[in-house]
Amino acid sequence: MRFWGGTLIVWGALTGVAWADETAVQIGDAARGEQLFEQCAACHQVGEGAEHGIGPHLNGIFDRKVAQFEDFSYSEGITRARRDGMVWDLEHLDAYLNNPKVLVSGTNMEFAGLKDPQDRGDVLAYLRQFSASPQDIPEAAPTALAEEFELPPEILAIVGDPDYGEYLSTECTTCHQVDGEYDGIPVITGWYEEDFVLAMHAYKEKIRPHPVMHMMAARLSDEEIAALAAYFGALE
Amino acid sequence: MTVNRRTFLGASVAAAATLQAPAVLGAGKPRVVVVGGGAGGATAARYIAKGSKGEIDVTLVEPSRSYYTCFFSNLYIGGFRELSSIAHSYGTLASQYGINVVHDWAVGIDRDARTVTLAGGAVLPYDRLILSPGIDFVEGAVEGWDVSAQNKMPHAYKAGSQSELLKAQIEAMPEGGTFAMIAPPNPFRCPPGPYERISMVAHVLKEKNPTAKIIVADPKPKFSKMALFQEGWGNHYDGMIDWIGPDFGGDVVSVNPDAMTVTIDGEETKVDACNVIPAMKAGRICEMAGITEGNWAPVDGRTMQSRMDENIHVLGDACAQGDMPKSGFSANSQAKVAAMAVRAALTGSKMFPAKFSNTCWSLIGTDDGVKVGATYEATEEKIAKVDGFISQTGENAELRQATYEESIGWYAGITSDMFG
Repeated sequence: MRFWGGTLIVWGALTGVAWADETAVQIGDAARGEQLFEQCAACHQVGEGAEHGIGPHLNGIFDRKVAQFEDFSYSEGITRARRDGMVWDLEHLDAYLNNPKVLVSGTNMEFAGLKDPQDRGDVLAYLRQFSASPQDIPEAAPTALAEEFELPPEILAIVGDPDYGEYLSTECTTCHQVDGEYDGIPVITGWYEEDFVLAMHAYKEKIRPHPVMHMMAARLSDEEIAALAAYFGALE
Repeated sequence: MTVNRRTFLGASVAAAATLQAPAVLGAGKPRVVVVGGGAGGATAARYIAKGSKGEIDVTLVEPSRSYYTCFFSNLYIGGFRELSSIAHSYGTLASQYGINVVHDWAVGIDRDARTVTLAGGAVLPYDRLILSPGIDFVEGAVEGWDVSAQNKMPHAYKAGSQSELLKAQIEAMPEGGTFAMIAPPNPFRCPPGPYERISMVAHVLKEKNPTAKIIVADPKPKFSKMALFQEGWGNHYDGMIDWIGPDFGGDVVSVNPDAMTVTIDGEETKVDACNVIPAMKAGRICEMAGITEGNWAPVDGRTMQSRMDENIHVLGDACAQGDMPKSGFSANSQAKVAAMAVRAALTGSKMFPAKFSNTCWSLIGTDDGVKVGATYEATEEKIAKVDGFISQTGENAELRQATYEESIGWYAGITSDMFG
């Protein structure tokens, strides 16, 4: 079963379910999260004396704008997310842990993602202990977790029509280059279809930042997103 | 197969005499002629040739061998780009897409015979004609100015030598001199363009001639991204720019190019450089084809077909379509809908609902970029706006820099979408 971690909160808002501070639950089991964090520890340190490694240290990450350390060399992708104003609140951390590339194209974080929402909640509960600002209890946004909603599996199961995708893609290629050149606007060819679909839904629900993409994604139907994913996914 | 110009022209002249029935009925490959090699025409030619995979014979008629994009020509004036960086040629469209590129002027259209006559004498038959000629100026729009004065008071609203001239005149201004712009009435090409240009002129003068003054006479009470520009002018060029709207006579203007004077609401001012951007109309070939109504060529946004001739599609600045601004981005977007419609009509390929979008980036000062954009759909009546956004005043410097960098990426994207 798939969970749509990244848009949990927004789905709640859209479907009229109350926001996080009314439906707050503990985000997870910090002790179990500490164990799960071992797979992150090769790159990331957290806790007293933590320093940057392959990835930046994670002290104080909750509710901080992304890519804030001047002494760490960030990828172009995460730098762009910072400029677009992305903040490491719970929903973005959750989406990032679920699949880093879906939230931030071109991130250096080589991690397939934690697909189980409980795993993510546990890791985040552990990390949260090292962030000063959200340590106030009871939990509220940005640290509280809203009720979960599944992205209807049929959305991910839609088989896109690449012919339609090719036509729709012409709107994208005014800015994104089909030959995969990067000149300040991200590359969108050769993505795994599922990542593409998830990323476009993340724009549509305004989880990913960027006003142009919010506007472009807002009017794409589920079928149209699938068609684009099928077309671009097949391009080298 | 690539056909060179000479063999193509020879073949098409011969064909003109014999080809009576529409090609689509079986007399060989259907023919599409595209007039104008800018954001609309080059894109349409490329998408038709690419999508039809050789089933449609595409000819692109464009007088210039080196095409200078109007978009980013202000950045050249401001010193942020080299002129050569906005020049493009048609080699890839010819060699990789098999488009017959003909560098000549289209001087006549016979809608009954479905032919285009070129200045060089060639006659090109078509099954579908795409007109994307851009703009021409309305005669007598600015008292005292006509195109014969364009060297003394450049419009620089078709990029290339006009842009060079204007830039040289700005840089030659005496210390503390005066630059004037006569801004155009709506509708016109690139709504934020005059105001981005003012920003770029101010940027140059602030560095080289900081006591110089800028006067803008404007017939419009409001303009695109007005709040963003005015905020930016205050931040970067405080006190340098005097914008005179219609409340203060900005709509009552005459110029004297020989004396280098500008008269606004009866008050004459000596100027050292003057940019006259007159009122605009569709490129003249549209009038010659008899498909204009007023200054523009009305189209059905669902296919971009002329309302007066279903065999002609009109793209970009020249057409009257509804809510989209006249911009290179819009023309590129419209070209893709037209390409789809032309292919569907001539080869029976699939037709999807028309979707359009536009984003216009403008540079106000170094690393200070802003943008405005919208999405559109076609109704029976017009191309109608669906959704939009605009940069906000007071944005932080990092976001403005990112917006500028994004515009550089967009330039690379759209020009490779146009020219291959």
